[in-house]
Amino acid sequence: MIGEGRIVVVGASLAGLRAAETLREQGFAGSLTLVGEEPHPPYDRPPLSKQVLLGRVRAQDVALPSRSAVDARWKLGVRAGGVDPIEKRVILADGEQLAYDRLLIATGTRARPWPNADEARLDGVLTLRTNDDAARLAERLDAGPRRVLVIGAGFIGSEIASACRELGLDVTVAERGPSPLVGALGGTLGTFAGKLQRAHGVDLRCGVTVTALKGRNGRLTGAEFSDGGRIDADVAVVALGAVRNTEWLDGSGLAAGPRGVACDAGCRAFDMYGIVTDDVFVAGDVARFPHPLFEYQMLSLEHWGNAVAQAEVAAHNMISPGPRRRPHLTVPAFWSSQFGLNIKSVGVPTFSDQVVIAQGSLREGRFVAVYGYRGRVTAAVSVNRAKWLEHYQYLIETAAPFPPAPGAADRPGSFDPVPSDVPSPQLLSHGPTVALTGHLPDRHLTLVRHELSPTAAHCR
Amino acid sequence: MPPDTLFERITDYANRPDPYPLYAELRESGVVRQDNGSYLVGTYHEIAALLHDPRISSDLRNRKEPDPDAALARSDELPPSFIGVDDPEHDRLRRLAMRPFGPPHSPGRIDALHGDITRIAEELIHSFHDKDRIDLVDDFAYPLPVTVICRLLGVPQEDVPRVRAWTNAIIAGFDPTPGEDPEQRRRSAQEARMAMAHYLGGLAEERRGHPTGDMLSALANDEGPEGRLTHRELMATGVLLLIAGHETTVNLITNGMLTLLRHPDILEQLRAAPELLPRAVEELLRYEPPVHFLPQRSPLTDIDVAGITVPKGAPLILVLASGNRDPLRFRDPDRFDPMREDNQHFGFGSGIHNCFGAPLARIEAQIALDALLRHLVDPRLVEDPPPYRRSPVLRGPRHLLIERAAGA
Amino acid sequence: MQIVVDLNRCQSYAQCVFLAPQVFELHGEEALMFRPSVPDDQHERVRRAEAACPVQAILVGEPAGLGAS
Repeated sequence: MIGEGRIVVVGASLAGLRAAETLREQGFAGSLTLVGEEPHPPYDRPPLSKQVLLGRVRAQDVALPSRSAVDARWKLGVRAGGVDPIEKRVILADGEQLAYDRLLIATGTRARPWPNADEARLDGVLTLRTNDDAARLAERLDAGPRRVLVIGAGFIGSEIASACRELGLDVTVAERGPSPLVGALGGTLGTFAGKLQRAHGVDLRCGVTVTALKGRNGRLTGAEFSDGGRIDADVAVVALGAVRNTEWLDGSGLAAGPRGVACDAGCRAFDMYGIVTDDVFVAGDVARFPHPLFEYQMLSLEHWGNAVAQAEVAAHNMISPGPRRRPHLTVPAFWSSQFGLNIKSVGVPTFSDQVVIAQGSLREGRFVAVYGYRGRVTAAVSVNRAKWLEHYQYLIETAAPFPPAPGAADRPGSFDPVPSDVPSPQLLSHGPTVALTGHLPDRHLTLVRHELSPTAAHCR
Repeated sequence: MPPDTLFERITDYANRPDPYPLYAELRESGVVRQDNGSYLVGTYHEIAALLHDPRISSDLRNRKEPDPDAALARSDELPPSFIGVDDPEHDRLRRLAMRPFGPPHSPGRIDALHGDITRIAEELIHSFHDKDRIDLVDDFAYPLPVTVICRLLGVPQEDVPRVRAWTNAIIAGFDPTPGEDPEQRRRSAQEARMAMAHYLGGLAEERRGHPTGDMLSALANDEGPEGRLTHRELMATGVLLLIAGHETTVNLITNGMLTLLRHPDILEQLRAAPELLPRAVEELLRYEPPVHFLPQRSPLTDIDVAGITVPKGAPLILVLASGNRDPLRFRDPDRFDPMREDNQHFGFGSGIHNCFGAPLARIEAQIALDALLRHLVDPRLVEDPPPYRRSPVLRGPRHLLIERAAGA
Repeated sequence: MQIVVDLNRCQSYAQCVFLAPQVFELHGEEALMFRPSVPDDQHERVRRAEAACPVQAILVGEPAGLGAS
């Protein structure tokens, strides 16, 4: 199976699109079908929490450009309901069955909903993941609410708060953890982010949870906090992180669960026994894969760049014989812009025990923070210092010693690393955008005897 | 005695028309230590890494052996400009200079110059429309950028001849000509730099409180959250912007036309499809860059470059034009291919010291070449190679004689 | 015309902002914002920005999945 056959891609967002393009670019001439739950052709999500909320760009105008023309059948607005790995068929919610020789799972994530369904239904309670979500939220912000509540201070929550302040809106941010962004960037940068938010007039409340969303006549009126505080608010944005779209794979026998679909370094999915499949591949936010730079821990990355890079590797491997397959080794990277700052990261900041400011200073708001784990460099984060980051990527790739050698022009003297203070994800409102799951199995297998069944184990 | 070290051969005027075989030799040898203790780097990936390495200084005061030019600079009453200092000072000075020039504060300023630059180019071409033979440098490639930068800064047109005289003396200052007294050369350069600085400082001073819409007025008046440049900083910045704002663009336009005349098929292709010019200009920046090397870097600590330790304070010379021809980075690097993909050249450097004026140079070159292609029918090189300017750093023809079909 | 910028590659040289200031902007000193859907009168400027990007981070194309059902 190199140039011929049937390929089905489930998930028609960034990873699905780039995989489809790569398949065609690399000469796949068989039938290609993309299935997408959303009715829209692939679009770019990062602008949704930035340009779109600021009213600079309309939510429906964020379509992704195609890299090359893709001859494919697009099934949009239809959910995949299951997969039969024996008969090699994807079962769609509309009843259609799509036969495949190779399957790519790129179903991504969705916004974690507010856990109280009645409160979640209140008019004014929103999430932000899709462009329809963004259109609704932008409209609400444009209407000039008296106060916006953002629940969760991860990247999305912080970017929303930033947009609100730029629009001149009062905003309260509630975060269970000790500071914003702490789950992704650790204590030093979390503290910096907290000061930043307060300096921009955000009513930031850390160490609290929202205990109730209050409403009247079906409309949100305010919220109560675990510390007894309460606020009035017309809009609440639930920014509690993401849920991986894997439920449709229940019963498929694949290693799919809340932390994603496990695969090998070549993007081939594992089945629930840890045996690698050779016809099912995974890419993007839904994938969980081992990375050699991070002790082969299984990483789940909710990163734009990972979706692109992993999709390209998966597509290549889907149509390549074994010896020509490639590993997905890209160093993780992401960016955020908020409160006028450009925050960029390479490596995995949560894979660290120490951090040091290697260039610039927190006080100026221009710096590079370098993270280390057991004496080697594992990540770097720049704030308004993007041109230096390439240097640190090289240090990560070469497992250079931590702390890095001193001598930077804008950071004379020796380094004084401090603990990186990466909290357990359980302590946060916002989910981590990188999940290290290698040493934290999330499910236990129970072996049951069941003759010739493809699913001889059950999960609990 | 013939020059022996590689760097001496590179800087030898006899090799100015074609230094590229020497660059190939440099890449073969890896990092090359010269007898004088300086180190040459000519491979793309090593240059890229060094341009993004925070331990590499652009400040000559960090040299172990005092550089004669740096010694001179110290005796100067001017502070170094932002190309000669490191972060955070570099960052502060550059950001202040950027305020009236580009984003985030003045995003549309250069874009708005399109019409003016086009008009100036057309006027220059019209001025030689009845000549069968032109010197592209004197008749076009020099007057165009110098007029543009003077207008942008707010230097009156009638003072352009003075600007040119100062600039020539300053450029000659870091231009080793065998047989001349280097002290004399440096002193003249120094005097010219001070004269230009005082002249620009005077213009800015006149406009303090009376802004006239140009960059000098803005630098003298606009106050950001970090204040503004001191008077001496403004003088140093003004000199830098004025000189760098045209010297290199002359070479870009001239090298560009020379390259196109050597590739007549591509010249015709671009004439027929001018929308290809932006990409062609990027390829010119790779293939015949206006700045061949960065001579003033040095490490702040011992560093490893491709297995060689370059000691703290040693002169580190990054040969950008060699990196641009590195076959490990560019396929078929010695071929001029205006359709080249993934062209991440060093024509404007890279990292924090990337060319401040790049956006201006880029549109000047696009507009200049477009106008020349439209108006010069059947152009022909009179001599190839043309006579070159002395400088091995700012490398380009001193004259470029072009003949064209009579009556066209 | 539709664009996307790979902001992992982007090092904020801002050449695109100079060339097409109505499509690209710096938000603060360094953060790049862009209009994914390019107005007709900006196509040529965006093509120039694409060519000039020092890290070749701008992807220009037609909207993906056009004609998708």
